[in-house]
Amino acid sequence: MPMVLDKTHRWHVLLAHLFLIALVCVVIFPFLMILSISLRPGNFAAGSIIPETISLEHWKLALGMSYTGPDGRTMSPEFPVLLWLWNSIKVAAVSGLVTLSLSTTAAYAFARMRFRGKKAALSGLMLMQMFPAVLALMAIYAIFDRIGSVFPFFGLDTHASLVLAYCGGISLHVWTIKGYFETIPFEIEEAARVDGATPWQAFRMVLLPMAVPILMVVFLLAFIGAIIEYPVASILLKQQDKLTLAVGSKLFLYEQKYLWGDFAAAAILSGLPITVVFILAQKWMVAGLTAGGSKG
Amino acid sequence: MSSATFKRHAGQALPILIALAMLYPATVVYASGQTLLAATMLVIIAFALWIYSSSRVYAYRYLFPGIAAALIFVVFPMLYTMAIGFTNYSSRNLLTFERATQYLLDQTYSGEGASYAFSLHADGSRRRIKLEKEDDPKAYVSAPIDLAADTPPAEVKAEAVDAASTGLADPVPLKEVIALQPKLKLLAVVLPDGSKLRMSGLRSFAAVAPLYERQADGSLKNRENGSLLKPDMKTGFYTSADGERVQPGFQVGVGFANYVRIFTDSSFQQPFLRIFIWTVVFSALTVFFGAALGMLLAVLFSWEALRFSGVYRILLFLPYAVPGFISILVFKGLFNNNFGEINLILNALFGIKPPWFSDPWLAKAMLLIVNVWLGYPYMMVVCMGLIKAIPSDLYEASAIVGAGPVTNFLRITLPLILKPLTPLLISAFAFNFNNFVLISLLTGGRPDFLDTSVPAGTTDLLVSYTWRIAFQDSGQQFGLACAISTVIFAMVAVISLVQMRFTRIAAEESR
Repeated sequence: MPMVLDKTHRWHVLLAHLFLIALVCVVIFPFLMILSISLRPGNFAAGSIIPETISLEHWKLALGMSYTGPDGRTMSPEFPVLLWLWNSIKVAAVSGLVTLSLSTTAAYAFARMRFRGKKAALSGLMLMQMFPAVLALMAIYAIFDRIGSVFPFFGLDTHASLVLAYCGGISLHVWTIKGYFETIPFEIEEAARVDGATPWQAFRMVLLPMAVPILMVVFLLAFIGAIIEYPVASILLKQQDKLTLAVGSKLFLYEQKYLWGDFAAAAILSGLPITVVFILAQKWMVAGLTAGGSKG
Repeated sequence: MSSATFKRHAGQALPILIALAMLYPATVVYASGQTLLAATMLVIIAFALWIYSSSRVYAYRYLFPGIAAALIFVVFPMLYTMAIGFTNYSSRNLLTFERATQYLLDQTYSGEGASYAFSLHADGSRRRIKLEKEDDPKAYVSAPIDLAADTPPAEVKAEAVDAASTGLADPVPLKEVIALQPKLKLLAVVLPDGSKLRMSGLRSFAAVAPLYERQADGSLKNRENGSLLKPDMKTGFYTSADGERVQPGFQVGVGFANYVRIFTDSSFQQPFLRIFIWTVVFSALTVFFGAALGMLLAVLFSWEALRFSGVYRILLFLPYAVPGFISILVFKGLFNNNFGEINLILNALFGIKPPWFSDPWLAKAMLLIVNVWLGYPYMMVVCMGLIKAIPSDLYEASAIVGAGPVTNFLRITLPLILKPLTPLLISAFAFNFNNFVLISLLTGGRPDFLDTSVPAGTTDLLVSYTWRIAFQDSGQQFGLACAISTVIFAMVAVISLVQMRFTRIAAEESR
């Protein structure tokens, strides 16, 4: 479309740029600030965005090393950040795998089979999605308290309980995988069935290998979902060495014990990998969905 | 059997084996007295066995694990929440009736029966207990006990030996016995005939007997003083004749008492109403500002004359990609009244230090700022997708009549994207209605109301308020909290219904 760039138009473009730059500054400000704070000495020091003296004390503490300050005082890490990160990864990886396998098999039945109550089950899953777990926290606590009195392995303050609590959240993933399965022509599996494969074999050997991209995406989404989950983890986990990052991080910012600098380093250390994984997953997610949508 | 048939059957046999193996934990649960839990497990196992052995319900084999997990860990907690809402479950009424009764029946007192002279003897770093009775030629000596440990054993067996030749070292001084008394008090010595003795004085152990005896009518008789305790199924306590309640309390159904309290108790009704209004205002304003900013950005990015829009887009998307718990805590630090960077800048520029966390209005403003920051990128991405779908000839036609960008937006873009956007706006509203993480990590609901009997704050949403009733302070009023949760369930259900209606409208329009 031919466009004549008159003077007002150029002004508009300039204004838009100014607005966007201002907005980017506001949005990016917390990230730059937190980077600067993590490199400043001390937990209270205030100063410019570019710190005058660079100190690695917070980073050393976040990585679990003790730090000897210029005044000769040795500081040891207040909180086991790396252990929390490891706890988070452990819980998220296991619950991601469990969620993935539960939702993949269910999605296969929904996409390929006929059975009674299919429509009701699908909309039931959708409906479940509307009610967040945070509304049932008391019940979840009571349930795991009871389970724990019989099986301490799955009781309160265990990572196994957290995995169990997370593995019910399959509804969205079932829908995602089902949508992808439906884009894969049924004829390929049918050919395998003609050659004598059972439905399970057709699923396992034919359909699954073709669905690897969406399975990766769903795993990553479930993984991130478990890592950033706060409410359920905050009531199930109490001991400091059992906490996940989402629950532990807030311990840095108690009014009585305000470890701003240490928090900054820990936040970058744990937030950066999660952010990168999320951006990657988001990209694949979009790619996976458009690939799914191509068939209509 | 060929390997193919074997494989075919193995796929079926494995779930059946797992289901059968689950019978063991079910038995363990039953044995521990959790009948209801055991029955639930049995039902699930029976279902699994049926599904994996009958070929008529083949499709359910694939569904069962996922659906079962969703039912057990998502649906059941919700139903259980509603059930708890009808009980008085709280830190005062924590145990089930059976457990509370058992607790009282396990209480003992040193009653009739002989008293034994007690002395403590060193055996290396550990200690042995020696018990003697006057006209008994035998002495009873325990196995060595590690009393220095944090949790010494609850019971120790004693063997009968000849009183004259026990082979023990001299008794330890009384000073040590006094020091060890708290741990010794917890210890029961079991004699060869099975009777249990407990410490009754610094130099004596005596037989202990159950304090309460269950009567036929369910009341408990105190054997020490003969008084009767009757279970009161209204309050959830064993009560003596003069009305005194005996700890521990137990859970009983209280009908609609919790709901009556929420809606009629004035000390309760008022914070509930105020919190409800703030919850709605908060969610609505968040969605409005987030959608407005996201839409504005999406429109700007659809403008071809704007260069570098890719760079802006990535930078402006960042708040969505960073884990929420981290960015919320970052803001908590940045907004800090005294040494937060935001107040340092405001102080340097304008000489003001707004008390973000102690003033109710500023705290609310801060929550909105942070939540819009967190939420607009999602709206931006969604709106960009919707704008892309608008046919460009509409804009070409409007350019011919000489319409400006504002007219374009109001007459073409907004009407066309609002329909498909509405369901998403409603689900964003529902999400923020229950945005527990933001409140919990940023303000914790504070600053608190000063005139309420339960912990409640000016920035509390209904969910965080529920959480505080259940988990904060000593009360732990689970029953009450669950009743409020049930009320929120109903509200969410209404929002969902509205949303589904709008989704259907949007779907029909696009057809």
